[in-house]
Amino acid sequence: MIVFLQQLINGLSVGAVYALIALGYTMVYGILRFINFAHSDVFMVGAFCGFYFGRWETGHSLAGGLLVMVMAMAVCALLGIIIERLAYRPLRGSSNLAVLITAIGVSLFLENAGQLVFGADPKPFPPLIPERNFTSPAGLTISSNQLLVFAVTGVLLIALQWIVMRTKIGTAMRAVAFNHQAAALMGINVDLIVSFTFGLGSALAAAGGILYGLNYPSIDPYMGVLPGLKAFVAAVLGGIGNIPGAALGGLLLGLIETFVKGSRLSTYSDAIAFAVLILILLFRPAGLLGKFQVEKV
Amino acid sequence: MANRVKRILEAWPKLLLLAALLASLGFWLASGRINPYFMDILIKIGINVILAVSLNLINGYTGQFSLGHAGFMAVGAYAAAAVTMFPGPKILAMAPASLLAPATAVFFLAALLAGGLAAALAGLLVGAPSLRLKGDYLAIMTLGFGEIIRVIFRNIDSLGGALGLNGIPAYTNIFWVLAAAAVCIYAVLTLVHSTYGRGFLAVRDDEVAAEAMGLNTTRYKIIAFVVGAFFAGVAGGLYGHYTLSIDPKGFDFMRSIEIVVMVILGGMGNTAGVIAAAILLTLLPEFLRSFDQYRMIIYSLLLIILMLTRPQGLFAWKRTAKPAAQP
Amino acid sequence: METKRLTVSRLSLLLGLLLAAGCNKSNPTPGSGGTDPIKIGEFASLTGKEATFGQMSHDGTELAVQEINDQGGVLGRKLQLLTEDDQSKQGESKTIARKLISRDGVIALLGEVASGRSLEAAPVCQEAKIPQVSPSSTNPKVTEIGDYIFRACFTDAQQGKALAQFGLNTLKAKKMAVLIDAGTPYSVGLAASFKDTYLPGGGTIVAEERYTSGDKDFRAQLTAIKAANPDALFVPGYYTEVGLIARQAHELGLTAPMFGGDGWQSGQLVPIGGVAMDGDYFSTHFSPDENSPAVQKFVRDFQAKYGQTPDAMAALGYDSAALLADAIKRAGATDNTKVRDALAATRHFAGVTGDITINEHRNAVKPLVILQIKGGEFHSFQKISPD
Repeated sequence: MIVFLQQLINGLSVGAVYALIALGYTMVYGILRFINFAHSDVFMVGAFCGFYFGRWETGHSLAGGLLVMVMAMAVCALLGIIIERLAYRPLRGSSNLAVLITAIGVSLFLENAGQLVFGADPKPFPPLIPERNFTSPAGLTISSNQLLVFAVTGVLLIALQWIVMRTKIGTAMRAVAFNHQAAALMGINVDLIVSFTFGLGSALAAAGGILYGLNYPSIDPYMGVLPGLKAFVAAVLGGIGNIPGAALGGLLLGLIETFVKGSRLSTYSDAIAFAVLILILLFRPAGLLGKFQVEKV
Repeated sequence: MANRVKRILEAWPKLLLLAALLASLGFWLASGRINPYFMDILIKIGINVILAVSLNLINGYTGQFSLGHAGFMAVGAYAAAAVTMFPGPKILAMAPASLLAPATAVFFLAALLAGGLAAALAGLLVGAPSLRLKGDYLAIMTLGFGEIIRVIFRNIDSLGGALGLNGIPAYTNIFWVLAAAAVCIYAVLTLVHSTYGRGFLAVRDDEVAAEAMGLNTTRYKIIAFVVGAFFAGVAGGLYGHYTLSIDPKGFDFMRSIEIVVMVILGGMGNTAGVIAAAILLTLLPEFLRSFDQYRMIIYSLLLIILMLTRPQGLFAWKRTAKPAAQP
Repeated sequence: METKRLTVSRLSLLLGLLLAAGCNKSNPTPGSGGTDPIKIGEFASLTGKEATFGQMSHDGTELAVQEINDQGGVLGRKLQLLTEDDQSKQGESKTIARKLISRDGVIALLGEVASGRSLEAAPVCQEAKIPQVSPSSTNPKVTEIGDYIFRACFTDAQQGKALAQFGLNTLKAKKMAVLIDAGTPYSVGLAASFKDTYLPGGGTIVAEERYTSGDKDFRAQLTAIKAANPDALFVPGYYTEVGLIARQAHELGLTAPMFGGDGWQSGQLVPIGGVAMDGDYFSTHFSPDENSPAVQKFVRDFQAKYGQTPDAMAALGYDSAALLADAIKRAGATDNTKVRDALAATRHFAGVTGDITINEHRNAVKPLVILQIKGGEFHSFQKISPD
């Protein structure tokens, strides 16, 4: 029983990081109907920002750590906006395929440039905040970093929902997601909204990167590939375009993966995520919380 | 005069094929006089040509963006190697010594075909569910399948597991590679210039319209996947019997991407262009070995710049229709 | 068709050029006689995932070659080291080996650290009858490829056996948990040879879990291991994951000591693993704090040239080159069969990684060093001699 509960905690903390990355995927897909392959690499850049900024933050306090996170989020938001401006906007009218290929190109570029700049070998992520372990009388353990993941994900999720549902810009985002030509006709600056969405999503990815680095202090330029793919699966699982869905999908996927890893089939854990994707796409393509979109011609 | 030659060539594709096969034989006979390093490169080129042309059938002509081609290659490589390594020695032992060389050749052909068929089966399994999907989803799904295939092979201990399969007999030589490339090109071009080809293009250009016209888009998509996968499997078999040792890591997403870059560079739906791109992208890394660390950066920038400026690829001599734009 | 004709003509032109260029079958004569330098090839992972291993190994090799040349070279000729980077990728080593042999005419090849890549190049070397000396590939299969393939280090068979004895006799661990990296042949092989000695020696394996290299989260497996209550935890993996494993084990309250093999050897192990690594052990080929004059000189020279303390990979890179040079000297010629025979006849070569004798399987019979991590640093703990 203890083992089960501990695995539950493990699974949820892994899932929370997937949820954070998934939020970015789902937002961009909701607005632009395309999968930003480069998202996972912005996540990686965020982690490296934490690595470099963390060197200045010698205080090792919670406030210092959060400051590093905010700085990383700002840098990555800018990166996301630049990528959109240079690589995706010019292709706004052309086929989906072209943008997809470009996104793959950007992703590969970030990974390989990262390899060149940072070096391919793993770097130890600095402990930005003081770490403590908490053990319950029954033997369940959770670390302060894991708690931080839950806290930050929760806060960002709520903040995101608030932005999207309660602010003017959020309404504009939803309008563009619904029909961007109509939105443009209503006077919404679609370009601005798209940039904002990218910036927001990238900032979330950066936060995810820092949290990931804190929990698994070994970062390298390819660290985003697998978590990114899994986060995408999580987004689809929850219903792509749906924000609470992304969070739900992330947590679920984290749990599934953890329980598989603790079982006989542990070496198939990477494949399990993809198997989940294929099953969802075959049987419930809208995802758990999504609405089925009919393709109009 | 050129026109006459052209018309003869058009009318006798089979003649071309025969000529290509004879040329391959010629190459092989002359191989003793050529530097082994260059033979190596030629073999690599041949294998990449097969991979690129087969992927082009799926991605370029039929518009189904597959990112898991390396998975089919893996299936073919492992299947062919399993045939030559496990039942192989026993079967070959039955051949009289004087006929060993031709017997081995025939056996290798059988192994390659087995690899191709196994990969074709995988293509069917991947193609079938992907029918419901379009664009991005299809891409991710095929990527997922590619990864699943890789993880499965990593877990099969009898095929070497994570260490990979070593000691594969060195049956691949320049004849097989060039001959297989010739057959692959012939098959793809013949398919494309037939009614099937019309079907592929229709699916690519506007699937909904094609369905509305009564075309069985499912059928065409599956055929494209199966044929493409078959040749990828053959290429995999050739690859395995050339490197003599294969492991799951060599068939990962990056490998698939390298093939995709060849198709994009050559121009989706442009077989000749794709062949040229495959040759170029095999030679370039060899000549630029000292710059190898920049290779992937250059590839990625190439993808981006190509899509932004010349999505029809570098080698488009005639105007190939661009993939349909969406409103 | 217009395109077809153009293609055919362009393709044939291209192929023609290729053929013409390739038609110089005459291999450049491998520095035969006189005072031309003796060409030695090296392939290593200078970039990519295992760059830390490859760089260290290369640095050690380079230092050895430089020292030998400073002292006049071998047989009156200087050594010329031709190094190629295989980028830690599968598929490159074979081509590189072929290139170094056919195009550059090396008389012997040094490489590689990773067993998988050594295995890739070995058939090429064997077929060309060019001796290959791997500095630190420990998978037994490498030297089984053929009689031209050698290694300057011990095999995983020896390492696993020694570690099992360490576990039983020194750690007194009767109940063992094993956490294997199912994604690397090194880990799988080492675990297997460990079990071959551990189980008959009276130990029991209470938990065996697997992960894949590249994984970051091992809590699921560690939770299962903790529930089995082992006396010690054997982790035959690479430092990149071991550091994280130690950290997470510590967080989960798993206090049993951890130990592993030479894959732990890296300057990055402790930065990644942190204080959780204190009290853990691993086996390796070399310890820089060993008291012998030869080792200390090597450490000083290495630090002077590269600004870092050499680790086992560097020491093995150094020894493999020195061993090869010694073999060439003993052979009295650069002829490949003579060099191969001299390598096979190596007895008690004084390397910085210990006394090296090459046995009939072309593996090095030499002592194994156990290091303990204390206060964030590696300290010699025990030396296990070969039996």
